[in-house]
Amino acid sequence: MKSFSVLLLLILVSAVLAQLFLPWWSVVPLCLGLAAWRSTSIGGAFLAGLLGAGLSWWLPAVWLNTHGAGLLATRVATLIPLGGNTGLLVLVSGLLLGLAGGLAALSGALFRWAFAPRPAAPAKA
Amino acid sequence: MLRFLPGTLVLLVTLTLTWVLNTKQGDVPPVARLLSPYRGFWQNGETEADFPEQQTLHLPGLRQPVRVRFDDRRVPHIFALNDHDLYYAQGYLTARDRLWQMEFMTRVAAGRISEVVGPKALEYDRFQRRMGLPFGAENSLRSMLKNDTTRLVLESYSAGVNAYISSLSPKDYPFEYKLLDYAPEPWQPLKCALLLKLMAWDLSGRSDDLRLSNILSKYGSEVTRDLFPDYPFREDPIVPVGTPLDFKPLPVPATPPSFTAALSGKVPQREPDAELGSNNFAVAGRRSASGLPLLANDPHLQLNLPSIWYQVQLHAPGQNVYGVTIPGAPAVIIGFTEQVAWGVTNVGGDVLDWYQLKFKNSSKREYWHAGRWKPVRRVVERIVVRGLPDRLDTVLYTHHGPVVYDQQEKPFNPQTPTQHAMRWTAHEGADEVLAFVKLNHARTYQDYDRALHTYGSPAQNFIFASNQNDIAIRPNGRYPLKWPEQGKFILDGSDARADWQGWIPMTQTPRVQNPARGFVSSANQHSAGPDYPYYIGWDYAPWDRGHRINQQLAKMRRATADTLRLLQNDNLGINAQTMLPWMLETMVGNKMTDREFPPPLPNTPNGEALGVLRNWDYHYTTEAIAATIFELWYQDLVKRLWEDDFSKAATGLEMRYPSRDRTNQLLLSQPFAARYGSYPASPWIDDRRTPKKENVHDLLAASLHFAVDSLTRKFGPLGPKWGWANQKSTDINHLAQLPGFGHQDIVCAGSPGTVNATGPRNGPSWRMVVALGPQVKAYGIFPGGQSGNPASRYYDDMLESWRVGKLDELVFLRAADENHPRLRAAWRLEQ
Repeated sequence: MKSFSVLLLLILVSAVLAQLFLPWWSVVPLCLGLAAWRSTSIGGAFLAGLLGAGLSWWLPAVWLNTHGAGLLATRVATLIPLGGNTGLLVLVSGLLLGLAGGLAALSGALFRWAFAPRPAAPAKA
Repeated sequence: MLRFLPGTLVLLVTLTLTWVLNTKQGDVPPVARLLSPYRGFWQNGETEADFPEQQTLHLPGLRQPVRVRFDDRRVPHIFALNDHDLYYAQGYLTARDRLWQMEFMTRVAAGRISEVVGPKALEYDRFQRRMGLPFGAENSLRSMLKNDTTRLVLESYSAGVNAYISSLSPKDYPFEYKLLDYAPEPWQPLKCALLLKLMAWDLSGRSDDLRLSNILSKYGSEVTRDLFPDYPFREDPIVPVGTPLDFKPLPVPATPPSFTAALSGKVPQREPDAELGSNNFAVAGRRSASGLPLLANDPHLQLNLPSIWYQVQLHAPGQNVYGVTIPGAPAVIIGFTEQVAWGVTNVGGDVLDWYQLKFKNSSKREYWHAGRWKPVRRVVERIVVRGLPDRLDTVLYTHHGPVVYDQQEKPFNPQTPTQHAMRWTAHEGADEVLAFVKLNHARTYQDYDRALHTYGSPAQNFIFASNQNDIAIRPNGRYPLKWPEQGKFILDGSDARADWQGWIPMTQTPRVQNPARGFVSSANQHSAGPDYPYYIGWDYAPWDRGHRINQQLAKMRRATADTLRLLQNDNLGINAQTMLPWMLETMVGNKMTDREFPPPLPNTPNGEALGVLRNWDYHYTTEAIAATIFELWYQDLVKRLWEDDFSKAATGLEMRYPSRDRTNQLLLSQPFAARYGSYPASPWIDDRRTPKKENVHDLLAASLHFAVDSLTRKFGPLGPKWGWANQKSTDINHLAQLPGFGHQDIVCAGSPGTVNATGPRNGPSWRMVVALGPQVKAYGIFPGGQSGNPASRYYDDMLESWRVGKLDELVFLRAADENHPRLRAAWRLEQ
């Protein structure tokens, strides 16, 4: 459980930092690399990628939604169309990135297992 | 190797998903880039901190510091120490609020939308180019750059816009760029000219030459003259009949022998809206409470968001002006200075003509004109199409103008006949910007007079008032010097006598200054009466609005700004007032007609509708049920009257209906007995598609039934749901038609035929009232806001006041450090 949290946190922090300077898709190689390096289970890697990448959007989106972008978010949520529901828009946005991040982390974990079929104890943090 | 398979497969899925989310797919934006909180739309939010009360911006190229005050509507009040800095700051601040809109509109004008949205806009782009909008813009730009003042204004404005564009990184791009996935490009003076041409297209791009030629061929000249007269039965022209001429008219070209144009079956799909119109009016001091003139203007255009207009105050040595600008064009278009005010409405003159061409052979390299073969100039247009190779399109130019469609291919706007060259005033170079710059400096009537000389197209009724107690109006622009009815029908492109042969001198355009009646006004009606010596056009807006305005102005005593505001919001329907009593009388009949044509019983739906109509005061208020019934009833009556004679479905020819004025005249002139068929009526009344001989009562009864029946289907039994605002359903849409970015079903009064000309999509795009005085006071509103950012509160903060017909008092400052309770921010712009 601890190693899952570590991976999740690693993904979240690095995804946030990366996206301050790089395009959104920089989270894809990040999740892949971090999962290949530190994942302990395949399902755990996917979940850490999903939540880590997802949170890197959910957190700032929730903040911006109440700090200046709420009106526009309502309009975008009408355009998309999500019935003007900004909560749903935040959820869906984060899920999209989470899906990309989760899949990238999953493939990273799968490669790790392919190289080391029976991994030893999880690497030390 | 097999053990790498799962990872590889998942990686492939991941990469595919990444690519899909990062790329524009057809009309679907690049989803992840749009939704990213780091660079996507979330970054377009606006907080108080984004608009500091005080700040200094460092902008390259400014010569001296510029001070900008913002009021509580976010109107910038710009105080510059020289003209360069003034227009630079105007460009910068306009771009800050409206960059996407102004750039998008220039792409619309230039035929460059395919670059952004792909092949679906290709026909549109081709059309814009073949109509010669960019060609006209290039010609205008050449004229403008010849003048040192205009050059300075255009170049400074462009530099200001570019200063803003170059300060942006992709995460700062306005929302629409992110949605449509493209980037702003550098601004150039040509773009300002393109915007003016787009305005010219909207306001003077309609032409019924083809339809009238078809009517002439089918029905002959007597019927055409009778049903499509050059001057209406009822009219209240802008320059009153009997106004003395202060010039000796030039001889007009002789009318050449008549020319029978080839029939053409091409039809209109896209042409400017006929209902675009405007009002302006001014009263002399003797009609006002202050003893000094009042002036009002409200241009009716398609209502969109971001708003069509952008308010600004421009202050520099020698000028202090406030008013509205077109985002992307320098200077104030409608506004006031400390001494004068001016406004514009459109002139419905005939400034666009078609010439039927005779080519030497199918290669179309030479055309016959004035007894010899002349070379055709071929211009290759390169259209960049997103996602596809560039398209090349060759446009043929004769001395008349471009051949809009040169072969039997799908015409995008089939009002445009094939094998015809187009002659249009908007293709001519003129310096409209200089006219506005001079108006922005005006202090007297003489300044106004001098300002208008370089103004070409689209011709406008320039109204004027000054605190020296002058009022004036002038339907002003470049008008070709024509023989009567020249260009009402398709012209012979091979006959030099049919060419445009010079211009009406700018000192001889229709005009009136300080008329005895103590007011001037225009509402797109005829520029002058039959006593004006030149032919300018034949087809103007119906007299309704102009007549109502003049009726009310003639009654004004001790008028104030609020009196003019109330007139702008006047909802009386002159057409209903003219026609409804006659329609009711005919429906009800008398004892003689009751047996054969019994009136509907009061407890039937049609009878109930008549009851509602009988109690109507002809005002198009939001809840008026009678307005809803009358509009549908009258429209259907007109359709039943003319459809069999002039619709394409019935005749196979592209034609048009006679004007509302002629229609009403025809109906009202039918003797009582003729309305029931017991006395000969006009032959046009019978529906020639049926064996029965219809009379007026038959048409009226059928159309009343149609109106009541369709309203019952739409809203249920007669009740409050039939209210006028509900039926009219005014919408203000985003320019790119984005759901969620506009306002639908706005509950507001008025109709296209009332002074408050608010229709389903068009309406007063800027209402302004100016009270001249020692200290000018002005009021204004537009249905939207100063900001083009849909995240901003200022995107549509003026809409509610507009809806209920209120005006804001406009904050007009005399100095940069003046105190005013409505000022919110003070910025400095410097190098």
